[in-house]
Amino acid sequence: MAQLLKLIPRETTPGALAHDVAAKYGRERRYLIRMLQEIQSTYGYLPQEALRVIANELRIPLTEVLTVATFYHQFRLEKPGEFIIMLCMGTACHLRGNAANYEFLRTYLGIKPGRSTTSDGVFSVEKARCFGCCSLAPVVMVVSRDGSYRKLYGGVTPAKLRRIIAEHRAKLAKKR
Amino acid sequence: MGDDGSWNLMSRCCGKCWHSLEYPCRNYIRCRTEGPLCHDDQRCRTLRSERVRYIKEGPNGYRIKVPLASCSIAAGAKEVLDAVKEVVESLGIPSDAVKTVGCTGLCYLDPWLELKAPGMPAALYGNVKPAEVEGILKKYFIENDVSGAYAISERTGKARGEGDVPTLSELDVWRLQVRYVSRNCGVVNPESIEDYIAYGGYRGLDRALRMSPEEVIEEVKKSGLRGRGGAGFPTWLKWRICRNQPSKEKYVIVNADEGDPGAFMNRLLAESDPHRVLEGLIIAGYAVGATKGFIFVRAEKPLMAERLQKAVEEARKHGILGKNILGRGFDFDVEVILSAGAFVCGEETALIAAIEGRATPRQRPPYPAVVGLWGKPTVINNVETLAHVATLMAEGWESFAAYGTERSKGTKMFCVTGAVKRTGAYEVPIGTTLRTLVEKIAGGVKEGRKLKAVQIGGPSGGCVPAHLLDTPIDYESLRDAGAIMGSGGIVVMDDTACMVDVARYFTSFIVAESCGKCFPCRIGTKILYDTLTKITEGKGTLEDLEILESVGRVVRDASLCALGGTAPNPVLSTLRHFRDEYLAHIIDKKCPAGVCTKLLKYRINPDKCVGCGTCAKHCPAGAISKDEKSGKYVIDQEKCVKCGTCVTICPVNAVVKEV
Ligand SMILES: Cc1cc2nc3c(=O)[nH]c(=O)nc-3n(C[C@H](O)[C@H](O)[C@H](O)COP(=O)(O)O)c2cc1C
Ligand code: FES
Repeated sequence: MAQLLKLIPRETTPGALAHDVAAKYGRERRYLIRMLQEIQSTYGYLPQEALRVIANELRIPLTEVLTVATFYHQFRLEKPGEFIIMLCMGTACHLRGNAANYEFLRTYLGIKPGRSTTSDGVFSVEKARCFGCCSLAPVVMVVSRDGSYRKLYGGVTPAKLRRIIAEHRAKLAKKR
Repeated sequence: MGDDGSWNLMSRCCGKCWHSLEYPCRNYIRCRTEGPLCHDDQRCRTLRSERVRYIKEGPNGYRIKVPLASCSIAAGAKEVLDAVKEVVESLGIPSDAVKTVGCTGLCYLDPWLELKAPGMPAALYGNVKPAEVEGILKKYFIENDVSGAYAISERTGKARGEGDVPTLSELDVWRLQVRYVSRNCGVVNPESIEDYIAYGGYRGLDRALRMSPEEVIEEVKKSGLRGRGGAGFPTWLKWRICRNQPSKEKYVIVNADEGDPGAFMNRLLAESDPHRVLEGLIIAGYAVGATKGFIFVRAEKPLMAERLQKAVEEARKHGILGKNILGRGFDFDVEVILSAGAFVCGEETALIAAIEGRATPRQRPPYPAVVGLWGKPTVINNVETLAHVATLMAEGWESFAAYGTERSKGTKMFCVTGAVKRTGAYEVPIGTTLRTLVEKIAGGVKEGRKLKAVQIGGPSGGCVPAHLLDTPIDYESLRDAGAIMGSGGIVVMDDTACMVDVARYFTSFIVAESCGKCFPCRIGTKILYDTLTKITEGKGTLEDLEILESVGRVVRDASLCALGGTAPNPVLSTLRHFRDEYLAHIIDKKCPAGVCTKLLKYRINPDKCVGCGTCAKHCPAGAISKDEKSGKYVIDQEKCVKCGTCVTICPVNAVVKEV
């Protein structure tokens, strides 16, 4: 019977995934960051359930997991859009107009104050740190939720942002 | 054998070679290029020398180099590569003449192409578009004409049109550089260990392993190398302290968490020549007596992580990592760890915390060289520091100490970005003046603009005003000018930059990055930020300047780690050199550079407006509407988000920015 049960693939909920990931790293506290990285690479963010399971598996308080999850920029606690538009907020990009681009993009996409994702869940707009491509400033990187697709754009202006949005809307339509 | 089963330099020449991973030959590295060394056979010797020639010169002297690094890829290098591959064979050029390399640091040329045919000088083409590739290749390879090239990168051979095209080594951008640690960037294929070895790679390790660890430390001491990650601590001393610890377990870590905005030389170096960094790490491990090394690399720079990972795997495959390295009884392995991204992780104790799965830095001393990763003695070095170690171990300390000043030897890579004509990463001897770097090498600011300041050292650094541009770049002189060397990011600002906004920008960065463990940094930087915001909104008072100065000093002196300790530098240095701009914001309520949005207004000049409505259509905020009476458009100041779209889009230039 136990053998049979093993054959039935367990539905991968965030909790089940977290369980497997914790087991993979021997439930060792020091691999916490890597566990979170692995969960995020599947979901594009850290689902609450997964965090709770990780805390349980490692036998540490949930706050400790949250401390790490909120400390590092890489981690998201909310589900992002299909595409995440990351605007570099590095020095060169700041001086060349990414602050205005950011304001433009949020207004253009109609993202509500306090949120970072459009209401249809297609785009998220985030501030990012220097990508190290400062010679192309201002720089924007578009990544898909699971991180499998990423594309960098240099010399970005509001007009170029419109084109980038259109390009990715079309991409999504094709996929669907 | 190579990955595809063909013979390459890493393979054995014949059955007489007895090298194996279990019983490694001590001359393995030298043998790759000079071999065979254990037996004498002309055929084997020719096999090796022919292969080295093939790698360096390409098949029959044909070579097409395309740079694949993050920045050139973003600028379209992959499309250029595809275009090259499409036409190369139809031109009668062997397809293996196409070689992907890293980045030379001449970012303003991205994406570039370098072409070489037998009997012709190598020619460099800048800002290549995929559609132009076929034309460029035809002109060079078929018509033997180099006109249209950016520069000739070598002085052999003859071609038409040569007279109009300068030689790279005549141009300031190249002539004034010393390519010591970056010599391979844009030259070797970063994904091939064979390439690295053909260009003399792992010779430094080979030489180090023939010495005792003490002798290695002594060699580094004689070179005068100081850490390139910011603080400039003597590398040998850090190693010596760690070596002298009695612990059996020790670690060495490459700090590849490059987080300074505007600094990308570590990324460039590790993406273009990853084996050099790895080689330096192995030498460091040998010198301090470590058994394990870590490469801590930022997740936001995925290609750098990928290439370093690949270098580690290749080195392991060939016994350059692992047990009994090069038959010298030294065991060492390396693990690549992806940083989850936080600026403070570049700080040594925070970096250790991150590898241990925690957050936040701790008080020093004890320094990591005494109590580090998992409580064991640990040496942490910057990417460039270790690449220098590999180079100087191969060439001898004299080659390094030949450059630089009395107190700071060698060369350093700097990234010059912002308002200059030629952005890029340049390597110069320490002690070169900022003027040489910014005006000669990077070409100065664009026509019609005036250089205002040079920001050096990122969020921990300061702004050096234009009149101090003759300051030599060394640790001490920069400190006196109110800046720091930092990791080497230099952002040039012209008269369109507002210095109060710059100070506010860096402070906002620190507020976001402060880990919050100690209150002087957590609360102090927030006070600085709020005060600066007040000033940029035109609500500042003269008293605020005193607040900035006194709080700045507290944050500097009382913070737990160097993040807070250096955080007020951008504020204090701009206050020192650009007080008049602060006063303009406070007293006149004006931002002279027209940057601070709260102090500026966009207005449509009704005399010029033709009523076409383009601006209203493109305004993301819906702030522009038609005034029915006059038929002209007007901007609703309440709704305007000051993105400036209307200025750029108006066909008759009717929109004006009022400061
Ligand atoms: C907030 C902060 C960020 C830092 N970021 C980096 C970094 O990105 N890369 C780096 O090599 N050193 C960084 N450092 C300096 C390191 O703490 C350390 O001094 C350096 O890695 C030592 O290597 P070196 O002796 O080879 O320079 C940072 C320091 C601080 C305080
Ligand atoms: S400042 Fe934007 S990429 Fe570096």
